[in-house]
Amino acid sequence: MKILVAVKRVIDYNVQIRVKEDGTGVVTDNVKMSTNPPDDNAIEEAVKIKEAGKATEVVAITVGEEKAQETVRKALAVGADRGIHVKADGILEPLAVSKILQKIVDKEKPDLVFMGKQAIDDDCNQTGQMLSALLNWPQATFASKIDVKDDKLEVTREIDEGLETIEINVPAIVTCDLRLNEPRYASLPNIMKAKKKPIEEIAASDLGVDVSPRLEQIKVEEPPKRKAGIKVANVAELVQKLKNEAKVI
Amino acid sequence: MAVLLIAEHNNKELRPFTLNAATAASQIDSDVHAVIIGQDTAEATKQLSELPVVKKILSVEAAHYENFTAENFAPVIVKLAENYSHIVCSANTFGKNLMPRIAAHLDTSQVSDIIKVISPDTFLRPIYAGNAFATIKSNDAKKCVTIRPTSFDPCESTGGSAPIEKVDASEEFSKTKFIKREEIKSDRPELGTARIVVSGGRGMQSGDNFKLITEIADKLGAAIGASRAAVDAGYISNDHQVGQTGKVVVPDLYIAIGISGAIQHLAGMKESKVIVAINKDGEAPIFSVADYGLEADLFEAIPQFMEELNKLNTIQK
Repeated sequence: MKILVAVKRVIDYNVQIRVKEDGTGVVTDNVKMSTNPPDDNAIEEAVKIKEAGKATEVVAITVGEEKAQETVRKALAVGADRGIHVKADGILEPLAVSKILQKIVDKEKPDLVFMGKQAIDDDCNQTGQMLSALLNWPQATFASKIDVKDDKLEVTREIDEGLETIEINVPAIVTCDLRLNEPRYASLPNIMKAKKKPIEEIAASDLGVDVSPRLEQIKVEEPPKRKAGIKVANVAELVQKLKNEAKVI
Repeated sequence: MAVLLIAEHNNKELRPFTLNAATAASQIDSDVHAVIIGQDTAEATKQLSELPVVKKILSVEAAHYENFTAENFAPVIVKLAENYSHIVCSANTFGKNLMPRIAAHLDTSQVSDIIKVISPDTFLRPIYAGNAFATIKSNDAKKCVTIRPTSFDPCESTGGSAPIEKVDASEEFSKTKFIKREEIKSDRPELGTARIVVSGGRGMQSGDNFKLITEIADKLGAAIGASRAAVDAGYISNDHQVGQTGKVVVPDLYIAIGISGAIQHLAGMKESKVIVAINKDGEAPIFSVADYGLEADLFEAIPQFMEELNKLNTIQK
């Protein structure tokens, strides 16, 4: 079984986002970037499945600018076997990314495609489901548990009402929740070894996919600021304010 | 062309967020039709027909729709989409799972999780877990939009009488099989939709001490939240985590106890209507978003808080 895992480079989750003054987006220059957190869970799960002898190869892929390759390199350092970097500049909407991934799936013929359930930059939560639609494959979104059973997967999904378990036939798409596993850290020797693992570079323009944006980002702005609050002197005053002023208890 | 709303239900009754999604749909166009897909949905369909904003109902019933599998739902909605300018549904796990599958089939770039309808093609949506708001204009002929339920009021639920039209089912997608659903049964409200959330952070110092949070939550009929730091320290399970990588909550009252207010936590709760912070560090960033801040040792403040709550004659739940 071969597993393709898609990873995205995003602003690190610990960074305070700053909106650009001209309203064209958020500041990314000199800002710490990392792999999208649930994509780390996706890589971890694929590597664990391989370690359990149920997969033969884990291929990490990213789509994006030059520096996006760092995320593939990181995936190689925690156990992926090889990487693919589809180079593309500018804003890529999930629809465009899923079309690119579809082309790669046609070429690589993986049995499973894993990725995070959502990217923490645009918060779209679309790419996995779109890829699954384009391929007409089953999808298991928000996965918090995966059991590989020959040519089927049993997946537990985190839904609003609780947990749902489904069985999907391979080939399939799984989008991973943070609760799926605890991603490992790369050891120094493995980081060194990862430098020798191959990363294939492909220009998005060579894939024959129209990736031009369909959405216009008119502006990006700061959310409305909260009005400054007050400090209360003691618990009695706090409860009195909540009861009589805010009227919430 | 009219707007098609995808109704969310459990086959017996409508799920409440369908009413919020209906409001958003009616802000896009006054001609709102709703599709309800399931098995034995007569009662839920009747409830849907009573929403005054809904002008027509399309009912699709088959055994393979019983468990709301996106692979089964998408083809029938894609077919219906021919007659509509917009497809709308809630951005909860049901809609998040389903809508992109529809959008990809329609070759449309979806607009996710909108919090405001600016015009029929332009929407406001949070990005970076609400740390920025983006105004997005869709240039696709058909628009697929998911809406954040808590940003729209529920529509009226009685007084309407929309006609119901039966629609043929699509074929079953046989490669996905539903096995089971375990609904979390708890007397406590669900974190994502609770009116009051009481959260603890690293300041709680141990998992045992979290029972102080539980007591207050019980008293207020609140959900229990936690910061990532408290989860990472093992004080509480990660399904309680509020923040950018956990749940985003917008309760009427959010009480943060022993939480310093890391960026990643603030992203998940700062849209709450009223925020209370209890922390002994007066410089903690949590105070910058708190409506009411109490600088105090939480181990002294929590028992006093319980005592004061016990003195109240009534507590809204």
